[in-house]
Amino acid sequence: MAFSNEDLAIMETIIKRYPRPRSAIMPLLHFVQSRAGYVTNEGIEIIAQQLELAAAEVTAVSTFYTQYKPTPVGEYHVGVCTNTLCAIMGGDEIMDALKDHLGIENDGVTSDGKVSLEHIECNAACDYAPVVMANWEFYDNQTVQSAKDLVDSMRAGNPKPPTRGPNTLVTWKQASEVLAGLNDGRANEGVQAGGPTLLGLKIAKGETK
Amino acid sequence: MTKLTPVLSAHWDEKDSFTIEGYKRHGGYTASAKALAMDPDAIIQLVKDSGLRGRGGAGFPTGMKWGFIPQGDNREHYLVVNADESEPGTCKDTPLLMANPHVLIEGCIIACHAIRAKHAFIYIRGEVTHVVRRLNQAIEDAYKAGLLGNGIDVVLHIGAGAYICGEETALLDSLEGFRGQPRLRPPFPAIAGLYARPTVVNNVESIASVPAIIANGAEWYQSMGTEKSKGATLYSLSGHVNNPGQFEAPLGITLREILELSGGVRTGHTLKFWTPGGSSTPLFTAEHLDVPLDYEGVSAAGSMLGTKALQIFDETTCVVRAVLRWTEFYKHESCGKCTPCREGTWWLVQLLRDLEDGKGTEADLAKLLDLCDNIMGRSFCALGDGATSPITSSIKYFRDEYIAHITHGGCPFDPVASTLFVKAGA
Repeated sequence: MAFSNEDLAIMETIIKRYPRPRSAIMPLLHFVQSRAGYVTNEGIEIIAQQLELAAAEVTAVSTFYTQYKPTPVGEYHVGVCTNTLCAIMGGDEIMDALKDHLGIENDGVTSDGKVSLEHIECNAACDYAPVVMANWEFYDNQTVQSAKDLVDSMRAGNPKPPTRGPNTLVTWKQASEVLAGLNDGRANEGVQAGGPTLLGLKIAKGETK
Repeated sequence: MTKLTPVLSAHWDEKDSFTIEGYKRHGGYTASAKALAMDPDAIIQLVKDSGLRGRGGAGFPTGMKWGFIPQGDNREHYLVVNADESEPGTCKDTPLLMANPHVLIEGCIIACHAIRAKHAFIYIRGEVTHVVRRLNQAIEDAYKAGLLGNGIDVVLHIGAGAYICGEETALLDSLEGFRGQPRLRPPFPAIAGLYARPTVVNNVESIASVPAIIANGAEWYQSMGTEKSKGATLYSLSGHVNNPGQFEAPLGITLREILELSGGVRTGHTLKFWTPGGSSTPLFTAEHLDVPLDYEGVSAAGSMLGTKALQIFDETTCVVRAVLRWTEFYKHESCGKCTPCREGTWWLVQLLRDLEDGKGTEADLAKLLDLCDNIMGRSFCALGDGATSPITSSIKYFRDEYIAHITHGGCPFDPVASTLFVKAGA
């Protein structure tokens, strides 16, 4: 794919956020993923040109970070936390069930291009374990069944909404745009906090039994 | 019985708590207005007097850190907020920012004024899309309200999945556009940080605690906590408990008290081991239920307060499996810069896998400890040190369980019993 003039203009504004251009590499890589779906060679070249770096320098950064994908992922990228706490509370069972259900391995993509699967590390939601992420939105307190239902809804083109997130699940490319620091106007959607987040406050206020 | 003290979390139960209107309803941005009228040195002194210490794990006094920034040097100064919350078990900054991003922005304004910085960067991990939205919108709204842009700018920088970037110098390299690898210190960031300029790097919760301190005074803050660990903080309870969640309490509360308040270990089960502050802090057991959870108390009992991530595991959990999984995490996240960590974590995983599969020997336990000894303290940053914590502490408390894997020829535990899908008592 080619990057449009409008895309290039957005990349210029991203660079201008920083006192020094090189700092923009990471948001620019997220931006490339928002357009191409993954980090393409073309995307690397454009970032290198804009920042006056060698393509190898951009590649060196891209390959260090696991969120930058060297190959296409699904429209909905599903991450199952299999770090210790989630794994023990059911994350391992969820991961195994999804591999089986989707017929793909870790880092695989379904043949229809809808869903990809990755085992992920702790995603800072341990009080909602076991945790599943989709396009880096929270799906809290998952079970084997709820996780299967979730990926089925994705393949049917009508993904279930996140537990703590926007009203609908955005695509991988749209989420990548948010991670490039662009505002999609959906910050006000969804809850301000889930139950566990509020538990201490409710106890302090005498609102629990 | 210690009482919970919601300060940061006081208004999280209001549906619009994350909006600028919701924040201002409870006095939001009055502390920054007050601070901007103060002499910067007076702010630093106030924060020193409050006793606030870093909430990201190390517990370094925040005011003292600010005081290290050289003044009158005619160079740019920077504030960098570490929102790269990734330590296994740690889940406090993420809900804080989802429920109230403005308190961090107000803290940034105050801290920038104190250290004479015009620029603050918030480095947030990239795996939390909706939190990024909330923070980005909050920054935009603060600009629209004229709270930012009048001499103080805040830039949101979004990471891309690297635990190591929670280490402050790796974070700075990452923010400069490089692979996130730790730097040799000295020089410390206070002298040569971001772009080799004097830089303060603080955790989200540390900076978010500042507005309330400015508003209510150092004495108020000092009235909470223990002798050397002042104030209130977020404790994150997770794992095999009936009711996990966030509990804001004075430093020094005990796990027994938090469990009593919240409803205890999952019904029909008993506490086996727990982490006081994330996976990099040595494990505790039931004998540590009454350890005061402040910097000194936890340290005296042989661990670290860390991020106050209380991960609870009951008797159904295989400690070897738990430790193996954490070790695989450290191996994966080692940035590869220092040989002891890069190679050492790799070998730790090999040995632990063999042990979990029943292919280990008792000599492997000695070898594990020897490896840990050769990793500890021998790298630029603390990632490798953290990797040794669960191993050495679990061998200390559960050596028999490691041996049982050897004699049993494999793991004696049923992994299904420790999942949440199993009904209580099953």
